[in-house]
Amino acid sequence: MAEVLLEHGVDVVFGYPGGTALNIYDELYKYSDRITHILTADEQGASFAADGYARATGKTGVVFSTSGPGATNLVTGIATANLDSIPMVAITANVPDALIGKDAFQEVSITGVTLPITKHNFFVNRIENLADALRSAFQIANSGRKGPVLVDITKDVTADTIDFEHADPLPLRAMPEISKDDIQAAARMINVAEKPVMYIGGGVVSSRASDLVVKLAEKADIPVCHTLMAAGVIGYDHELNLGLVGMHGSVASNRAIDQADLIIAIGARFSDRVALNPERWGRKAKILQIDVDKSEINKNVLVDRYCVGDARDFLSRAIDLVEETRHEEWHQRVVGWKLKVRSTRTTEWPLTPYDIMTILCDTAPSDSIYVTDVGQHQMWAAQYLKHRSAKQFITSGGLGTMGYGYGAAIGAQCGNPGNRVIHITGDGSFQMNLNEVVTAETYDLPIITVIMNNGVLGMVYQWQTLFYDKRYSNTVMGRKINYQKVAEGFNIKGYRAKTPEEFQEAIDKALADNCPVWIECVISQEERVLPMIPGGKTVDDMIIN
Amino acid sequence: MYKPLREEIVSVLVLNQANVLTRVVSMFGRRGFNIDSLTVSPTADPSLSRITIVFSATEQSMQQIITQTEKLEVVKEVVVLSRENSIYRELVLMRIECGLDKLTTLKAIVETFRGKIVDLSRDGIVVELTGTPHKINGFLDAISEYSITHMTRTGITAIEGINDDKGEQE
Ligand SMILES: Cc1ncc(C[n+]2csc(CCOP(=O)(O)OP(=O)(O)O)c2C)c(N)n1
Ligand SMILES: [Mg+2]
Repeated sequence: MAEVLLEHGVDVVFGYPGGTALNIYDELYKYSDRITHILTADEQGASFAADGYARATGKTGVVFSTSGPGATNLVTGIATANLDSIPMVAITANVPDALIGKDAFQEVSITGVTLPITKHNFFVNRIENLADALRSAFQIANSGRKGPVLVDITKDVTADTIDFEHADPLPLRAMPEISKDDIQAAARMINVAEKPVMYIGGGVVSSRASDLVVKLAEKADIPVCHTLMAAGVIGYDHELNLGLVGMHGSVASNRAIDQADLIIAIGARFSDRVALNPERWGRKAKILQIDVDKSEINKNVLVDRYCVGDARDFLSRAIDLVEETRHEEWHQRVVGWKLKVRSTRTTEWPLTPYDIMTILCDTAPSDSIYVTDVGQHQMWAAQYLKHRSAKQFITSGGLGTMGYGYGAAIGAQCGNPGNRVIHITGDGSFQMNLNEVVTAETYDLPIITVIMNNGVLGMVYQWQTLFYDKRYSNTVMGRKINYQKVAEGFNIKGYRAKTPEEFQEAIDKALADNCPVWIECVISQEERVLPMIPGGKTVDDMIIN
Repeated sequence: MYKPLREEIVSVLVLNQANVLTRVVSMFGRRGFNIDSLTVSPTADPSLSRITIVFSATEQSMQQIITQTEKLEVVKEVVVLSRENSIYRELVLMRIECGLDKLTTLKAIVETFRGKIVDLSRDGIVVELTGTPHKINGFLDAISEYSITHMTRTGITAIEGINDDKGEQE
């Protein structure tokens, strides 16, 4: 197992040991000079770390656990990686084969549990199958649309021996081929469009096609809107970047989709958080869809033409066939929507989410990696951070996993020791998994955690404000936590900020500290994430202020 | 956009491994596709099995089902069997209550449908019948006066024909 990991260039893994994993961990001990194992606070944290590592490096995230509770603790992390198409290999130990099916101590059929949330999984109860299963796991996780693969190994296999022959990693499976005709037809659609818009998603990031998206946008004067997964593909300050699209997307993005005559969807899946009303979404436009996964075609929104294949391949070939043009009128209109910037202040509170994001971006090094949790703070981060590249914004999009942030930040930092990693969290999310501070402290990972403390489960609270007549059922927490004291107890540093000046001072200190730091930012519980299009509605129902 | 449902038959060639049926069937279940009937059987190649699934779908959901099924690691091939050029059959076994006085008429019906009486007592018979669902339904209609006490249908199994237009041929 360790040799196969080395074949695949794995040098960092995350995990947590236990009874059935003893043999595996004994090998990891022997290989500790070549494979660094990061012990997290729990397996869920390890699974998030493997995911964050994969997103921040583009490599496969590897996570280990013992059987039973160890394996079930991985489930949320695996599901998170699955919905965001992140390459991950989860290796779980199980009870000895002779005890399988007997409800043995810590026996869980984790292949059964993870069946719907993995690309594939393997149950290995014979050592002859071990190397092949692991090699296939890496191949499957990284081929086509990426995703998590689980390999469950019975304990007897981990005690067994076999003659081992080294092999190269299995080649990735060939991407579906896009025909020349399809590329030409797509280019023609782009060439005749008068009001084109690009709608890009995580597929662009995993195919490393950001530069080509920008190139196509510039050549044919096509404004670009992006999903949560594609923040940073096009720089925050690019004139053609319209920002986030969908429920909390910008006015410009949502209007452009509504008014366009051509939508070029690349590596995006028309989710219910984007195409809120699939019947009316892009109602005036022809839709051209490019996706590596054929099952995404026509899944949520019917399209007029599609190419099944790699985004990078499509873009590099289409760009040559696309004419250099300007769409003066459309361009002016779209950029006009963009310039009508709405107020960034929804309360009179001294410190606002906008202040926090702006100060962060203006103070932290430009190559810093931002990792979020889930809630209002996540949306503010998506809207206000000055995104420079896709690998610098890491967030749980598809599953929307609260508690994801700290673990993912640990993974991102392990994969990028030279970059600052800034974890942006809400009080609710942070309280779910703040235990991962022990990992940051132990391994000297200087992660800065910015806790946007509004005292509420803000995102849910916002819905209750807008749609439930302010019946605040279980969203006002009223927890009286002294974060600075707690930080001290964990042997790290804590600061507290109630004004922009205090936050500036805190972030300056945190950057200099070079150790894990928490900065509690006190913000109003009445802050809203705006604009907002309620679920199922259209741009005409957009709440702007 | 919601087109009427249509009954479809797909033949899925899968690796003959533990859990493969679960993988295919649970995918149908979790994506909200309803299976009307299902058969699984070995193929000439021992490493492969064939699953024949009958379900109702719109054209769009049909595409979804097929492309999602194709994505499963264990699936080698998905073929949609058209009514026109595939041969499909179902086997039904049933116990029909019938006194000796009415047996002759019942026997005649069974023979008309080329069924077989495979067991007999003074209170009834056991019939075995193979055919298209259409024929089996026809038989059930013809014997509607009798009381069927037990019935089991295998569900459809099907194969692509080697000539055109084999659909409803017997
Ligand atoms: C594990 C999990 N449980 C519940 C939810 C539902 N949920 C979405 S946002 C949210 C509130 C988040 O609160 P907090 O972390 O304080 O962020 P805020 O919205 O206040 O910025 C909740 C409960 C979720 N996304 N994930
Ligand atoms: Mg909160």
